[in-house]
Amino acid sequence: MATTIDVPVPGNLVEPFLRSERIPHIWCPGCGIGTTVNCFARALLNTKKDLRKVAVVSGIGCTGRVAGYVKLDSFHTTHGRAIPFATGLKLSRPDIDVVVYSGDGDLFAIGGNHLIHAARRNINLKVICVNNLIYAMTGGQTGPATPEDAITATAPFGAYEPAFNMPQLVEAAGASYVARWTTYHVKQLERSMTEMLSHDGFSFIEVLSPCPTLYQRRNKMGDGLDAMKFYKEKSKVRHGAPTSEIGLTRDGEIVVGKFVDRQRPDYVELMRRQLREHLGERFINDGVPTCC
Amino acid sequence: MQSDPRGVLTGTHFLDGDHACCEGALAAGARFASGYPITPSTEVVERFAARIPTVGGTFIQMEDELAASITLQGAVWGGAKAFTVTSGPGFSLMMEHVGYAVMTETPCVFVNVQRGGPSTGLPTLPAQADMMQARWGSHGDYQIIALCPKSPQECFDLTITAFNLAEQYRTPVFVMMDECVGHMTEKVIIPPAGQIEITPRRYTTAAPDQFQPYATGSDLVPDVPPIASGYSFHITGLTHDERGYPSMTPETQDHLVRRLQDKILNAVEKITLTEEENLNDAEVVVVSYGITSRVAQRAIDLARAKGIRAGKLRLITAWPFPDFKFRALASNGVRAFVVPELNLGQMAREVQRAAGGQSRVIPVTHAGGNVHQPEQILRAIEEALL
Amino acid sequence: MAKGVVTITVERCKGCGFCVEFCPTRVLALSSAFNSKGYHPPHVVAAEKCSGCDLCGMYCPDFAIYGARINGGARGDAHAE
Repeated sequence: MATTIDVPVPGNLVEPFLRSERIPHIWCPGCGIGTTVNCFARALLNTKKDLRKVAVVSGIGCTGRVAGYVKLDSFHTTHGRAIPFATGLKLSRPDIDVVVYSGDGDLFAIGGNHLIHAARRNINLKVICVNNLIYAMTGGQTGPATPEDAITATAPFGAYEPAFNMPQLVEAAGASYVARWTTYHVKQLERSMTEMLSHDGFSFIEVLSPCPTLYQRRNKMGDGLDAMKFYKEKSKVRHGAPTSEIGLTRDGEIVVGKFVDRQRPDYVELMRRQLREHLGERFINDGVPTCC
Repeated sequence: MQSDPRGVLTGTHFLDGDHACCEGALAAGARFASGYPITPSTEVVERFAARIPTVGGTFIQMEDELAASITLQGAVWGGAKAFTVTSGPGFSLMMEHVGYAVMTETPCVFVNVQRGGPSTGLPTLPAQADMMQARWGSHGDYQIIALCPKSPQECFDLTITAFNLAEQYRTPVFVMMDECVGHMTEKVIIPPAGQIEITPRRYTTAAPDQFQPYATGSDLVPDVPPIASGYSFHITGLTHDERGYPSMTPETQDHLVRRLQDKILNAVEKITLTEEENLNDAEVVVVSYGITSRVAQRAIDLARAKGIRAGKLRLITAWPFPDFKFRALASNGVRAFVVPELNLGQMAREVQRAAGGQSRVIPVTHAGGNVHQPEQILRAIEEALL
Repeated sequence: MAKGVVTITVERCKGCGFCVEFCPTRVLALSSAFNSKGYHPPHVVAAEKCSGCDLCGMYCPDFAIYGARINGGARGDAHAE
């Protein structure tokens, strides 16, 4: 059945990034969150970063559990508040890479205000948003990314609220790196995450991911593999596409690619510049001292 | 350890309570604050924003209190001593993250300059009606520490105490000011840095592979892992085991929640700060805290001038509630406790509980907006002896 | 001779089939056997075709499979035998 290898081969690349004793994880069969973690681990390897200086901050929900599975300093915060927690962490330790790993409901509904303000400030956070189009952990209720017409636990006759177009929203708010992929696009996602990890400023990647148990089942869209095939069939790579044109619909085209990659001074740079200009030598520019 | 002189404005100053609180935070080593403007507390962070660039640290004004109350916790895990400041409606919004700080044992300070409520209430006028909210505002069973300054000098002193207790017990600590104390201006003496004692963070000395994030010794307070040092620690608001990993069993829940409670309650006598006068012969004891204690002092003086054996018990530590003080006084023959407060009897109920039916408890209620008249309290003292 | 080899951690598998579907050289198929959680893990049906590209490892949401290249030398030779 399994291939038993009696000679040593290089191990699974993701393994050193996992709290192995906690695997198998809680995610459903066919859920794509684990696939995004594979890409994230490889992206971290690509950047050759000192992993002691990478922290992951998650909110609540299925994707919020990522923080509990990655073997890094990791924080599972409150619902919607991963970004403000990460903001405090980043400001107190600007030398650390702070990655926010959370879901569509967490980041765009309950945490929506924090998201747009972090983008406005261009605070140097790397935000990975796994978009499964629904509140999955709580049983499949309508979320801010649920496409119109989709059946959910709280929209039994089909959702009628328009959904957020995430890349357009974060670009308008000021994000300096914006991309969208699906869990089908593992190589592209790895590359995009690698780029994002080296980008200075508020960076955002939306990853469309299957939710067979709670989104697809009610919408008769098959299992996780069917979602992956759907992504393969419906996706069009259009780098640089105007984000106003790439809103998602239930059954329509999925535009993927890198849409925004621009340089804006980040929050810490702006703060230091302003304070130095006004306070001169009196400004103490050694960040937030760690206590004791 | 001693305070870092960079943050200490040694000298004699004329400061309001809000500004004194800010100086206390700086002297305590706070180098990070996140806030959201709200009357009557904003002056604390206004001063911090002006002072911190030349002390070394960061202030950020967040988009709301939900954010402010967790941004500071991110900064704490990054290694900073940090606080946030709010009032009334903002305090309500922060409750979610009070619970998070309790559960994750994040040492931090919340300052609440109380104003009249409910809701928007009396934005510019005092009350003391958030005392129970400080105690119980977030969901779940837990204990916190709350201190009540009565003057700008105490806003300075007790803010330092708050930071020290936060580190010692790994808990959020509340500085429960009120609009009067926040906005009154008085002499504040700031001692030299070398005379200000600071409690350092309890960083672990265990190697990363030996470290259990929530294992504790006899004081039930776990050590803190330093960030970015290879500990790969995990922090969660979920019920967690000693490894810090979620564990949804009744046994883990029981163990954790009882420990969070006991680490504070076991130390109640050490944490309790009071101001006491004439308790030995007291027939009636006036129990007060914060601004109300200043009016109560006048009432006590008037009563004693009339020959009434009135004693004073001022609660500087409101939470954990010092039951032991009241038990002792009640069994010592105190006939009544008179409890004036700018609310409809929040702490009076605690006094009643602690006195266990052995002494009468007479609340002197006031819905807020100004302070009591001393005569109101005097009448209650006289009534107590009828 | 195969250029690569896949390793499967059967007990982690939840049988989603991603690895089978997206293996570019069709090395895998879902097994009819069960693991202890009742899922059908993949098994190797064409070992000689494995290129060691590790796409299975990238897709697997359960961290249950990975591919690795055999780069010659003692280890590879030993395996080939």
